[in-house]
Amino acid sequence: MHELSVTQSMLDIVLEQAKRAEARRVARINLIIGEMTGVVGDSVSFYLDILSKGTIAEGAAVNIKSIPATAKCRKCGSIFELGEHDWTCPACQGDSFEIVGGPELFVDSIEVE
Amino acid sequence: MEIKVLKDILSANDRIAQRNRQLLDSHKIFAVNIMASPGAGKTSLIMETTKRLEGRVKPGVIEGDIASSIDAEAVGKMGVPVVQINTGGECHLDANMISNALGSLPLPEIQVLFIENVGNLVCPAEFALGEHLKVLIVHTPEGDDKPFKYPLMFHAVDAVIINKIDLLPYVKFNLEAYTKTVKSINSQVAIFPLSCTTGQGLDAWVAWLVEMASSLTR
Repeated sequence: MHELSVTQSMLDIVLEQAKRAEARRVARINLIIGEMTGVVGDSVSFYLDILSKGTIAEGAAVNIKSIPATAKCRKCGSIFELGEHDWTCPACQGDSFEIVGGPELFVDSIEVE
Repeated sequence: MEIKVLKDILSANDRIAQRNRQLLDSHKIFAVNIMASPGAGKTSLIMETTKRLEGRVKPGVIEGDIASSIDAEAVGKMGVPVVQINTGGECHLDANMISNALGSLPLPEIQVLFIENVGNLVCPAEFALGEHLKVLIVHTPEGDDKPFKYPLMFHAVDAVIINKIDLLPYVKFNLEAYTKTVKSINSQVAIFPLSCTTGQGLDAWVAWLVEMASSLTR
């Protein structure tokens, strides 16, 4: 749902970095997106096609590294993916966790020519 | 050629949010970002809380909606300074919209600012506004599975208000299990079961809010 503004913000960062590198064209954009953000990769690609028209990022490929929603048990230190129906530590049945993966929303790198 | 960027996509929004926060702090205004799904009772909670703050704390309200000004009209009738933001299709408020709205409010007359976000459990969690507190309202008819579906929202907030507890006998909502689930990924969160219709539980929430707000001016 929020992919339009996320994609616009992402494109702003990409164009700024590409300009700084005096690039002629952006060939690829590598993103890191955590599952907890609910950002849908296909929607980002779709909006990028529209938003990048007439910029040096037009036609750039988008590569998304997805990070699963991951928790660390405060009791035993186990790291596990958060399930969809139950949040209990699979190792010790603990019920207090620290989120260690899932909220990421980063431009990791860009490939330019 | 590959260029390493490693930059938060929403960093531009975060910068504007920091400016909002400085402006709010300079006026000693305590801002509360209220998020919920549609119909959970955001406007009701703001109105009931405002009534209970009368004579103690001066409120102000920013109403965020995709369209219409129904909520702002309701709040305005109570004599509270209010500004309506219509996002024109955007599913959340962002820091720039708040920056513009702050320019339309009589800031010296406000001590607690309620920001009613767009009804949505996904996107508002991502966008910092410059607020001091993030509050999520859930309501018992929506069922007790929402933490599993929207973990980021439950992870990001300072308080969860469970509204419409007067309907507990009629809906599938296990209050005890729900509280445990929310606390498992957010150990610091404050949880307030209440009903804006009967008034049950509202005093505890208002007392906590006043305590949090007073910590700003100390």
